[in-house]
Amino acid sequence: MAATAPLSLLVLLLLGPGVWGQTEPPRDSLREELVITPLPSGDVAATFQFRTRWDSELQREEVSHYRLFPKALGQLISKYSLRELHLSLTQGFWRTRYWGTPFLQAPSGAELWAWFQDTVTDVDKSWKELSNVLSGIFCASLNFIDSTNTVTPSASFKPLGLANGTDHSFLRYAVLPREVVCTENLTPWKKLLPCSSKAGLSVLLKADRLFHTSYHSQAVHIRPVCRDARCASISWELRQTLSVVFDAFVTGQGKQDWSLFRMFSRTLTEPCPLASESRVYVDVTNYSQDNETLEVYPPPLTTYQDVVLGTRKTYAVYDLLDTAVINNSRSLNLQLKWKRPPGNGYIHYQPAQDRMQPHLLEMLIQLPASSVTKVSIQFERALLKWTEYTPDPNHGFYVSPSVLSALVPSEVAAQPVDWEESPLFNTLFPASDSSSYFVRLYTEPLLVSLPTPDFSMPYNVICLTCTVVAVCYGSFYNLLTRTFQIEEPSKGGLARRLANLIRRARGVPPL
Amino acid sequence: MAAPGAAATDLEVVRGKRAALFFAAVVIVLGLPLWWKTTETYRAPLPYSQISGLNSLQLRLMVPVTVVFTQESVPLDDQEKLPFTVVHEREIPLKYKLKIKCRFQKAYRRALDHEEEALSLGSIQEAETMFAEPSEQAEGSLTVYVISEHSSLLPQDMMSYIGPKRMAVVRGIMHREAFNIIGRRVIQVAQAMSLTEDVLAAALADHLPEDKWSSDKRRPLKSSLGYEITFSLLNPDPKSHDVHWDIEGAVRRYVQPFLNALRAVGNFSVDSQILYYAVLGVNPRFDPASSSYYLAAHSLPHVINPVESRLGSSAASLYPVLNFLLYVPELAHSPLYIQDKDGAPVATNAFHSPRWGGIMVYNVDPKAYNGSELPVRVKVDMVRVMEVFLAQLRLLFGIAQPQLPPKCLFSGPKSEGIMSWELDRLLWARSVENLATATTTLTSLAQLLGKISNIVIKDDVASEVYRAVAAVQKAAEELASGHLASAFVASQEAVTSSERAFFDPSLLHLLYFPDDQKFAIYIPLFLPMAVPILLSLFKIFLETRKSWKKPEKID
Repeated sequence: MAATAPLSLLVLLLLGPGVWGQTEPPRDSLREELVITPLPSGDVAATFQFRTRWDSELQREEVSHYRLFPKALGQLISKYSLRELHLSLTQGFWRTRYWGTPFLQAPSGAELWAWFQDTVTDVDKSWKELSNVLSGIFCASLNFIDSTNTVTPSASFKPLGLANGTDHSFLRYAVLPREVVCTENLTPWKKLLPCSSKAGLSVLLKADRLFHTSYHSQAVHIRPVCRDARCASISWELRQTLSVVFDAFVTGQGKQDWSLFRMFSRTLTEPCPLASESRVYVDVTNYSQDNETLEVYPPPLTTYQDVVLGTRKTYAVYDLLDTAVINNSRSLNLQLKWKRPPGNGYIHYQPAQDRMQPHLLEMLIQLPASSVTKVSIQFERALLKWTEYTPDPNHGFYVSPSVLSALVPSEVAAQPVDWEESPLFNTLFPASDSSSYFVRLYTEPLLVSLPTPDFSMPYNVICLTCTVVAVCYGSFYNLLTRTFQIEEPSKGGLARRLANLIRRARGVPPL
Repeated sequence: MAAPGAAATDLEVVRGKRAALFFAAVVIVLGLPLWWKTTETYRAPLPYSQISGLNSLQLRLMVPVTVVFTQESVPLDDQEKLPFTVVHEREIPLKYKLKIKCRFQKAYRRALDHEEEALSLGSIQEAETMFAEPSEQAEGSLTVYVISEHSSLLPQDMMSYIGPKRMAVVRGIMHREAFNIIGRRVIQVAQAMSLTEDVLAAALADHLPEDKWSSDKRRPLKSSLGYEITFSLLNPDPKSHDVHWDIEGAVRRYVQPFLNALRAVGNFSVDSQILYYAVLGVNPRFDPASSSYYLAAHSLPHVINPVESRLGSSAASLYPVLNFLLYVPELAHSPLYIQDKDGAPVATNAFHSPRWGGIMVYNVDPKAYNGSELPVRVKVDMVRVMEVFLAQLRLLFGIAQPQLPPKCLFSGPKSEGIMSWELDRLLWARSVENLATATTTLTSLAQLLGKISNIVIKDDVASEVYRAVAAVQKAAEELASGHLASAFVASQEAVTSSERAFFDPSLLHLLYFPDDQKFAIYIPLFLPMAVPILLSLFKIFLETRKSWKKPEKID
């Protein structure tokens, strides 16, 4: 786009003014919502949903005009005659045991499923093209979806939206568990939002925080819904959802208090002017009966109660379109403070940086008497860079021993002694208190063998086979071309004469 | 005892020799061809000589011109000579390997009765409506009517007239050399309506060396099978402006007729979108004198890039996209004007970027802010906007203003915004461009395949190449015989086939198979096998030579 030129209009086309009809009311609407849920494990889950609804029959119109609905996805629907499209990109795994049931479920990696209209003749071809186009739009490796990882489920994955007839031959489903989700997938996802990331809840979507989490799942759901109660015509609904789970320990230095700024490094400043609804919900359920263990700041104007996922929940509601919510400082920084910190102890964790710095995990635990405490750390075996592999015979990789430092109660109360006077063996660790003594224990170092790819295997095989073939061939060749005859013993050879000489000297008959 | 033993040994030696020779023979006769055949890359034969022949292709663009003489346009004895045909040919000088010749084939004839009648009417418009009813003329052909010197069909000071259809009118002359003089006038008019150097130079801009043609001629879009046209309304400040535009109506009323006229050139699809919070990449400067903001001409190239990331490429097709952006500046930067190189504001408040599209800045009427609270409801005047966008669309398709001969009356385009002969010019330019592109693609493909012997050439790639070559030749023939429409179709096929062959993924399959790796695999097998054979051959050779020399010594 180097050269541009101001347009000097040589031809001013004279267009007659047409009859201007009254513009219709906007046929599309946007609702946005953020739910913040403190999880039982102490982590915090944030779930964004952006819903664009468009009262239009996308398939019918040749020339398409888009307002809030993104053009890229709208074109997809009409070109590939889609009825429903569900794409999710997830990094991490939702730990139901610690975090409870999620609002939006998604498998690790990329999941794509789509229902096609029954007018589509070659579903597999459309599916292939669709996955390729989506891979371009979302910068994901969806182009690796092919017949080897595509299935047509016949019982699960019913249409989520309006559907007449469910012929499962128009459904395709594929998962790419290996897909790594990162910033380059988030950026195109954010671009589809009408307010981009400039206003409203989407301001909080800052990539470096969102990917610094234990769980990240973004999704796009497109489906037809009823336009009104009579359901005579359809509307298209696009839901963009994003769930993240913030690790409270890592980000909060061991405290479980959180605020929008601490989680997202942003605060809410203004609502998206295009949204007809823009709300933040904070889950305050489990704690409200329990004598005010936590407080939310600013105090909510309204609360909302409902049965969600089988339990009764209470939410503090903040309506961004309500001017009172975004206060005089022109920003909303939701904060949650625990009045009585749940549990005690101290955990310090400093994650490793590859080739720079090791992991450090420190825990202060009070151990009950005669009990067994297990501390286990999960790790993944990773492949090294190919130049970093050690030569074939090696021990493996050493993990340095763990350290256990403890103050053990003493059986006998010791007399306070003069530190300078007492024997040296007793005074390395200063005892603060005569009733206990200090102990530091080390565990064994751990030996981990990392997977080693066999770099030379193919060449070895080639060399070995060739050598075997060559040896066989050589023997055959010699057998066939050489002449074999019995050698008459002759008086020859230096060795023989030498041997006879010695024999003669010894008085033994010569050979 | 020694004799039979020696005989046996001799027999053995001879047998060994034979075995060794047989081994060598098997290796040479069977092994080598087998190895050669199994490791060979499949290379279908290609028409290399024809491809190199394309480089010296002579393009002859034939423009059939029918020249119709009314009574009293030329002296009577000249009228007797009608009908006859004159050919006017000239080479178009371009620094390009394709030699392009322009050939005007003028068929002179007398006017028919209804033509006489139409041309004797009072005004040219009436005459034109009379002519419009009979059948449409073929693409690329022209009809020039020669009327009498004093006819009142044209204003007295005008010598010629160029109409919106493929028709022109030229004044005749009563002179001994009438045919020559009129012939020159007809050529002038016909050139203005068909082929000129600058049209072809613009079409070949990518293939010509960088010179005076290049920079400003690279405006038109490259030829393609289809085009996507996207109108985008950029509203960077939805808090202050609630902008509405009736794009549906505008497209239906103004854009579709134009595109329908251009249907022969390619498929078009139109869509529109509204983008919020999309800002230009440059901060406008404040001009205190007029208390307005302006974008200077030199900063315009930087305007587009940040916007472009929001525009989104077209997901559904591979055709090139033309973007037309209507930018409603933020309240803080209103009003915003575009300045040209001299610092004067551009009347249309718009600019275009070659091969990309156009941007128009639409300032909100300052009166709208009075008394009403934000956001202000803004209704875009689509006539104003579409005038600019359609003019830009014409420029981006390379439909330039014709160079009119002196004293020529020129009727503007009709409602669809394009004249039939402008379309012909576009088709000519596109055909030549397509042919040049296809030739270049085929030549570089042939060069590449000749240079790298590892590339596999599959049969379908070869058939695409054959098809492309045939299509190029067909297009050249059709151009030479004046069938513009079929020539254009053939040239499109040539481009499509040649590109498909050039970008076929199967060409890359064995490309990265370096020689050292090949040898590393061959040596462990071939060296131990070849050494004994060579050694025994050498030995046999030495012995044979010795046995040949021996008889001589005895003599």
